[in-house]
Amino acid sequence: MTRRRPAVRIEGLPIIGVLLVLIAVFMIAAPQVFLGYRIYMSFLATVPPQLILALGLTLVIASGEIDLSFPSVIAFSGFLFAWAFKTYELTWLALLLALAGGALIGWVNGVLVAVIGMPSIIATLATQFFWGGITTVLTGGLSYAIRTIDDFAIHDVLVGRIGVVPVQALWATAVAVGLWFVLNRHRFGEHLLFIGDNVSVARMVGVNVGREKIKLFTLMGVLGAFAAVLLTAENKNFFNTQGSGFLLTVMAAVFIGGTSIFGGKATIVGSYVGAYIIGMIEAGLVATGMQGFWVRAVVGLVFLAAVVFHLTMEDSTRMRALLNFRFGRPAPKLRE
Amino acid sequence: MAFGNVVALKNISLEVGADETVGLIGDNGAGKSTLIKIVTGVLKPTGGRLYIRDRLVDPERYSVRRAHDLRIEAVHQEKSLADKQPLWRNLFVGRQITNRLGFIDVKRQKEVANRLLLEQIGFRGAGIDADSTVGDLSGGERQGIAIGRAMYFDADLIILDEPTVALALKEVQKVLDFVRRIKDSGRACIYIEHNLAHVHELADRLVILDRGEVVSVLGRGDLSLAELTRHLIDLQSAREGTRAT
Repeated sequence: MTRRRPAVRIEGLPIIGVLLVLIAVFMIAAPQVFLGYRIYMSFLATVPPQLILALGLTLVIASGEIDLSFPSVIAFSGFLFAWAFKTYELTWLALLLALAGGALIGWVNGVLVAVIGMPSIIATLATQFFWGGITTVLTGGLSYAIRTIDDFAIHDVLVGRIGVVPVQALWATAVAVGLWFVLNRHRFGEHLLFIGDNVSVARMVGVNVGREKIKLFTLMGVLGAFAAVLLTAENKNFFNTQGSGFLLTVMAAVFIGGTSIFGGKATIVGSYVGAYIIGMIEAGLVATGMQGFWVRAVVGLVFLAAVVFHLTMEDSTRMRALLNFRFGRPAPKLRE
Repeated sequence: MAFGNVVALKNISLEVGADETVGLIGDNGAGKSTLIKIVTGVLKPTGGRLYIRDRLVDPERYSVRRAHDLRIEAVHQEKSLADKQPLWRNLFVGRQITNRLGFIDVKRQKEVANRLLLEQIGFRGAGIDADSTVGDLSGGERQGIAIGRAMYFDADLIILDEPTVALALKEVQKVLDFVRRIKDSGRACIYIEHNLAHVHELADRLVILDRGEVVSVLGRGDLSLAELTRHLIDLQSAREGTRAT
C-alpha cells in the first residue's frame, strides 16, 4: 500500500486563510475602521496578554491536560506587580515577584496533577477559585492605579511603542517563536506530545511523566504572570477582576487554531493566529454595529464551530455520525 | 512485588542467557506484565534482587532510562508507539539526538530513521518513511518498527509483551519474522505470548507463571505443543480445584 502525503505542509495555513478572509469581510463591513491602521495597532496592544496565555495553554492541551487557573494568575500576579510598584516603587523586582507568584500557582497545579493524581480540570478549577479569592482578600476588592509607571524604563521595555507598534506584540511574538521551538524541536515539547498522545507509551519509553507535568504547569504559571504584567502595565491599573473574561477567549484561540482537544497534536502558529482572530471578532462585531452583548455569544459559537470542524477533519466518521444522527438510534463508536 | 496488600509476584527466579529466547506464559493476572515492567524499569519492585550481566542492580536507581543504558528494550502490546506522532519521533523518543540545550537534531533523526526503516526493518516500497504517522500503519508494521527500534539501539535483551495480540494472520506472520530475526542476531529475548503455537515454536525455554509464581520451567522439546496445552489446562484445573476446596 502506498501512502500519500502533501508535498509541503505549512503549519497553520488554513487558519491564516481564515484570518485574511475575516480581515477582508470586516474591511467591507466596516471600512471606516478596518481600512485604517489604528485598529490593527489596537489589536497589537490588547491581544498579547491573551495570546501569551493561549500559547502556554497550547502546550498544556498538547499534553492532554487543561489549566483553568490562568484567569486567577492574571489577577494574582497582576496584584503582586501593582502592589510592589505602588508600595515600594519596585519595577524589575516587581516583575520578578509577579513571575514568582505565577510560578508558585503553576507549581502547585503541577503537584496536584502529577503527584496526587487529581484530574487537571478539577485541580485548576479549584486553584482558580482559591487564588482569585486570595487576590480579593489581599486587595480588599480594590483596584490599584499605577499611572506613574510610564516614568520608568520597564514600561517602555514591556509595553512601550516602537513608532506606532506596541512592544508587547513583539514580546508575544518572541514568546511564540520560543514556544514553537520548545514544542516542535525540544525534548521537553516532544515529551509533552507523547504524554498527550498516549501516556502509557510515554512511560514505557522512559519519559518522566510527573516531572514533565510539573514543569509544564509551572511554565504555564510563569507565562500567565508575564501576561498579567503586560496587561497591568498597559492599563496602568490593576483591576481586581482582571482576567476573569479570558477563559473563553483564550480557550477559543487555542481550539480554533487547530490544537487537538484530545492532546498529542498542537500548533503554536494556529494559537497565535487564533488569538488575533478572536480579538478581531470582538472588535469587529462592535465596529460593524452589533451590540457588545453579542460578542461572547458569537465567540462561543465560533469556538464550538471550530472544535466541531477540527474533530470532523481528524476523523471523518464523526461527520458521518453527525449527518446520520437520529434520536433513539445508538451513537456509533468513535475514535478518541 | 506487591501493590498494597495484593502480592503480584513472589518467589520468582528467572534467568535469561545471553542468546536465549525465553517464552513466558501464563493466564491473565499470572504476573507476566508486572515481571517485565520490573525488568524494564517501569515499576520499582518492593522486594527481591535484579542482576544484569551478573551485576546487582540498585532498584532505587533503576528506571526505563537505566534499562536502556544497560541495553534492555521492550516491545509492549499497543504501548510502544504513539499514534499521532511521526516515526522519526517514535523511534527516538526518550533517546533523542539533541544538542546540549536539549534541542532535537530533526534532520539527523530523520536520516537515521529512514535508514533504519529501509535497512533494519526492511520497509522497501511500502510508502513508509520517517514522516509517516504511526496511526496510518498496520498493526504488524507497528510491531515491526518497535522491534526494529529495539534492535537499532543494540539491545542485548529484547522483551516482547504479546506482540501479536489483535493482529490479522498475515500481520502475525510479519511479527514472527521479526522475532526470528532477534534470535538470528544472537540477542536474548523474553517472549510473552498467549498463542502457545508461536511461543512453543520460537522459545528455547518456557517459563510458566501462575498467580505470581513460577510453576514450571520446560526446555525446548520437553513437551509437544499438544502436551504443553494439556499441561496448562491441568494447571488451571488444579488451581480451580484449590479454589473450590
